[in-house]
Amino acid sequence: MCSRFLILFLFSALSYADVEIQLAQPLLETEIQEYDITVFPDGKNLPKGVGNVLQGKQLYKDQCQLCHGETGIEGPAARLAGNDGWFSFSDPLRILRIDKYPVLLISVGSMWPYATSIFDYIRRAMPHYAPKSLSNDKSYALTAYILYLNGIVKEEAILDKGNILKINMPGENRSVIGWPE
Amino acid sequence: MTKNLKALINRRSFLLGGMALGAAVPALALPGDNKNIIGQSYPSWMKTPGGQIEAYGTVAQYEKHITRHKAKDTAQTQLFSVWHSPIENQQGIITPNGLHFTVNHNGVPDINPEQHVLKIHGLVDKPIKLDMQTLQRYPMVSPIHFLECAGNTAPNAVSLTALDLSAQELSGQVSGAQYSGVPLKYLLKEAGVKTRGKWVIAEGADGGSHARSIPLSKLMDDAFIALYQNGERLRPEQGYPMRLFVPGWEGNANVKWLHRLEVTDQPAYTKDESGLYSDILNDGKIKRFSFHMDVKSVITQPSGKMILPVQKGFYEISGLAWSGYGKIKQVEVSINEGKSWQLANLQGPVLSKALTRFSIPWHWDGKERVILSRATDEHGHVQPTRSQWREQYASYSFNHFNAIQAWSVNSNGLVENYYV
Repeated sequence: MCSRFLILFLFSALSYADVEIQLAQPLLETEIQEYDITVFPDGKNLPKGVGNVLQGKQLYKDQCQLCHGETGIEGPAARLAGNDGWFSFSDPLRILRIDKYPVLLISVGSMWPYATSIFDYIRRAMPHYAPKSLSNDKSYALTAYILYLNGIVKEEAILDKGNILKINMPGENRSVIGWPE
Repeated sequence: MTKNLKALINRRSFLLGGMALGAAVPALALPGDNKNIIGQSYPSWMKTPGGQIEAYGTVAQYEKHITRHKAKDTAQTQLFSVWHSPIENQQGIITPNGLHFTVNHNGVPDINPEQHVLKIHGLVDKPIKLDMQTLQRYPMVSPIHFLECAGNTAPNAVSLTALDLSAQELSGQVSGAQYSGVPLKYLLKEAGVKTRGKWVIAEGADGGSHARSIPLSKLMDDAFIALYQNGERLRPEQGYPMRLFVPGWEGNANVKWLHRLEVTDQPAYTKDESGLYSDILNDGKIKRFSFHMDVKSVITQPSGKMILPVQKGFYEISGLAWSGYGKIKQVEVSINEGKSWQLANLQGPVLSKALTRFSIPWHWDGKERVILSRATDEHGHVQPTRSQWREQYASYSFNHFNAIQAWSVNSNGLVENYYV
């Protein structure tokens, strides 16, 4: 009896192909809700909330301008507005700025394909020194202001989980998907 | 007994002290004695007792200048930092952990492993969570792989002139290591992925909750959760206590401080997928989700900013090659600006999606030379020339640059970055 158990044990320890492991704990629905923050382009996971351009303008001045510049193009942090690339841009100091901060070559307004991604990133990561300190309403407001800086929405625009999905970002038409190859 | 032992120890330390003293000033010097002492011309370290051992070892004091360097002009803020590995000081294919390159968009979090939990949910039959202790019980793999930032060698991608940069400054966002951890397939099987599941959003537990959308097929293939790097637990800047490792894919997709995997039917277009980690093509289109790091090589000895110590004579040209698609098949070296090529020796081991060391003997004639290396992988991917690479992309696109690197050697032995 004893030796039969031993043989069974040895055999089960030899092959990885059929290994089925059940060691993990179940993840509860309440735990999922707490961490389920990713917002998708089709609107999945967008929370309730509302924010407008003017609210966003004030928030931007208080919490964003120091790194992103007065109009979202000056840096040093990533550029939020305008076209990407070296040229075709009104800022006369652009080449000098890019030389100092190469990431100013790319722009949220021209490259990002979905406004939902702006909301998602602001809410999870901004401002850089105090991530996850902005409410849903404030994240909508700042998203609206960045869209306004890019001429995508008007100054009186109000953003919520419904109309954010109707925003057409220039980056979407420029997209080529590299996967699968 | 204890008293005797104590006395013995005291006596020993006295003797050691006396010996050290004796080496400097012989206590019993007699006239003519010096003739009978060996090693009068020996260096001091042969005539004194050696030093002590540190609990966690470090490099020799003479090697402490070999360090990572922070990239000067890339960093936007203190939280976004890019540190390059000194590849020209490396031999073999393994980068020491303290020298491994690191790029951090939101600083380095201080994670208590006892409170760190990996969560898997979304399109699965059974959402699960694992603490560190549980995860350590799963089967582990320990492959050797390279890791490279998508933006490695960006200066040569965008600068109109070849900037005077060292190999470290130019291409130091690549490293090689043995990573150990748990294959994702075990965990995804345990959770039971629904048929609609095609992508997985991998998220870190850093301040910015860095996230990337990874195709499920990669996670079921060779991806794993790395817990160890070169035999020891991951360093904080490499994702302690755990990171996603997707062999051969751009560094940014190897999500550090991994704490959440959400199985979905679509990619999330996270911040880095939307902008910084995309490639702008020559027609203005933006290529997204270009995960593979293509075949690439760089001669590290000699390389930029070095001065060949003695003119003319024998040198070994040596460098690193790698491909995100598989094994390196061959590396060719040219010492005449690409007019003719010679097969380099692959030192081995030659491993899939790993740094591969190549070398070739060189008798330098003391004249101006331009040296290049060109790698080919097992699937037939060949490194393009710089102009071939440039033709595909917008002038300001800098990711996934894998063109042939040229170094010029002038008649004084000075080595510089060079465009053919």
